[in-house]
Amino acid sequence: MTQIFAYVPFKNGVAEDVALEFPGAAKKIDAGASVTAVVTGSGADLDKVAGELTKVYSEVIKIDNAAMAYPNAEVVRKALTNIIPAGAIVLVAHDTFGMDLAPGLSIKLESAYAADVVDFEGMDGSTLKIVRQELGGAVSTHVTCDASAGAVLTIRPGTFAPVDGSASGAVVDKSGDAGDLSAKRTFLEVVEAEVGEVDITKSDVLVSIGRGIEDEDNIEIAQELADAMGAVVSCSRPIVDAKWLEKSRQVGTSGQTVKPKVYMAMGISGSFQHMGGIKGNPFIVAVNKNPKAPIFQVADVGIVEDILEFMPALQEAIEAL
Amino acid sequence: MEILVCVKRVPDTAENEFELNSEGNDLDRDDLVYSVNEWDNYAVEEAIQIVDNLGGSITVVTVGDDEAEEVLRREMAMGANNGVLLSDEAFEGSDGKGIATILKAEVEKGNYDLILTGAQADEGAGQIGGMLAAMLDYPYASLVNKIEPADGKIKVGREIEGGNQEMNEIELPCVLSIQTGINEPRYVGIRGIRKVASVDIPVKGAGDLGLDAGSVGEAGAKIKRVDYFVPDLGDGAEMLEGSTDEIVEKLIEKLKAKGGL
Ligand SMILES: Cc1cc2nc3c(=O)[nH]c(=O)nc-3n(C[C@H](O)[C@H](O)[C@H](O)COP(=O)(O)OP(=O)(O)OC[C@H]3O[C@@H](n4cnc5c(N)ncnc54)[C@H](O)[C@@H]3O)c2cc1C
Ligand SMILES: Cc1cc2nc3c(=O)[nH]c(=O)nc-3n(C[C@H](O)[C@H](O)[C@H](O)COP(=O)(O)OP(=O)(O)OC[C@H]3O[C@@H](n4cnc5c(N)ncnc54)[C@H](O)[C@@H]3O)c2cc1C
Repeated sequence: MTQIFAYVPFKNGVAEDVALEFPGAAKKIDAGASVTAVVTGSGADLDKVAGELTKVYSEVIKIDNAAMAYPNAEVVRKALTNIIPAGAIVLVAHDTFGMDLAPGLSIKLESAYAADVVDFEGMDGSTLKIVRQELGGAVSTHVTCDASAGAVLTIRPGTFAPVDGSASGAVVDKSGDAGDLSAKRTFLEVVEAEVGEVDITKSDVLVSIGRGIEDEDNIEIAQELADAMGAVVSCSRPIVDAKWLEKSRQVGTSGQTVKPKVYMAMGISGSFQHMGGIKGNPFIVAVNKNPKAPIFQVADVGIVEDILEFMPALQEAIEAL
Repeated sequence: MEILVCVKRVPDTAENEFELNSEGNDLDRDDLVYSVNEWDNYAVEEAIQIVDNLGGSITVVTVGDDEAEEVLRREMAMGANNGVLLSDEAFEGSDGKGIATILKAEVEKGNYDLILTGAQADEGAGQIGGMLAAMLDYPYASLVNKIEPADGKIKVGREIEGGNQEMNEIELPCVLSIQTGINEPRYVGIRGIRKVASVDIPVKGAGDLGLDAGSVGEAGAKIKRVDYFVPDLGDGAEMLEGSTDEIVEKLIEKLKAKGGL
């Protein structure tokens, strides 16, 4: 029987949403597999999350050690390497912690590695069939993964349907098996993101610009459209990387999470890290000059035009209303 | 500080409309425009700034075919001192672990304090840096957006969810994957590229690196790509068509209905 372990990330004693998505992913790998949750941390927060997870998983392994009070990937990797049996499949979230942990974990477990999986199409013997995306979501690909010596797989948060917790599992304490947890990397502190002048999370309508804006001077065009609509200008990451707008205007997993009524994506390709910051199912309008842009798969309304010409035209028409 | 920066030649997402080939199993690669992976430019820029402050030298390395040499030259035009191309028929079909195994062999030929990779490349895996570090038993930090060198150690900031920054202290030698935004990569003009056009770039194969051909390439790969496809995600967006004026008119009606105006 396939043994699957899901490494569950949590904050302040509460599991991340992906905790409910791992069982669905596991079922798509092998409907008959046993699925065990693994949580690492320290003290009351860890006990709280482990307890909660018994409603979802029949077995929850907890590893309690002060060295993991803050999740340092090097330390967690050592603990997992000592606890996960050879040949197992390990599921990890493809988030900033998973990206830190999982590639190295696969080396230490001497197993295969596939990242940012968006779907599974079952197992054929010990060969797993996986769906991934490449080139910022522009194309999808089927890959096979030889899991005969186990596999570490990161799954994209939010892509597998969540299960409802109806289990009544048990917590197994494996803190004693974690082994040597010394590390060459030491966590110091978390520096919170700066608060900006404009709070994009408060606006019902966002005119959001991406790399398609082409030039810093063109931001004015978006600002004028936003003014006409009573909206606020937000943006994708490359605009912040180029220092054209401040970080607090960035929508996405490494920026702000917004819940507007209407989201106007102007020259944005639609990467999952960008779309991950848009919640509450807004009405999404995408304007992009590339008819194959991935954003058209997730938008409500799509328009194939040059934003530098389309935005002024829309602004003028709105002002004439 | 001796720094090695790993770079990859990738199809440029800004310059291409990706289409499948006539068999529908691969990209139509005939007219693809390639460039260096976006993240790798930030890694090279960071290396240049560190060496400007502390001295040392920068080597850029890639695993690829003959054409991959152009990305090494580009990064040398930016300011990297040396380039190395790792190329061999035996490398074909390598999965991420295979690429990391090849890079590890090259790392062991040198004496590097710091190894930089991009946070991710075209395949979106973000795997090579973490694998390489684990193979070398070096410490690793991913998604690095700040580096402050100190004696025998460095302080690094990692970008975590919500744009917060996680500060860590990490021993040298180490491997770091660099996130965009850490700096502003310098511009490379045609003149810069010309200056390095005739610099010799050594090419090393499996034999030179002491690699067993079975551990890399197709033979060693546990991950194999079967095909490319365009997913059927249901209806997708309702596309508004017509003249710009007509589209604007239709859009305004929809925006009114949805609370956008
Ligand atoms: C760990 C991590 C976290 C990340 N976090 C975020 C995040 O929080 N937010 C975020 O946005 N990204 C994030 N990214 C980056 C993300 O992967 C993408 O690189 C980014 O979202 C791309 O931005 P874009 O769509 O503006 O640019 P591109 O992907 O370059 O797309 C530009 C689009 O504009 C179109 N275009 C060009 N010119 C015009 C024109 N004149 N008119 C109309 N259309 C035009 C093009 O066809 C293209 O579709 C993150 C990446 C990583 C690795
Ligand atoms: C010669 C060759 C043959 C290949 N054959 C196949 C194949 O048959 N089937 C298949 O599925 N895949 C194949 N690949 C793809 C290979 O699996 C990927 O290069 C590997 O998985 C890393 O790419 P990534 O986009 O996942 O990198 P990521 O881990 O996302 O990239 C992060 C960083 O790692 C470094 N890096 C990545 N790739 C390289 C590289 N090649 N050289 C130096 N540094 C690098 C860069 O710093 C990059 O920014 C081949 C690649 C090469 C070079």
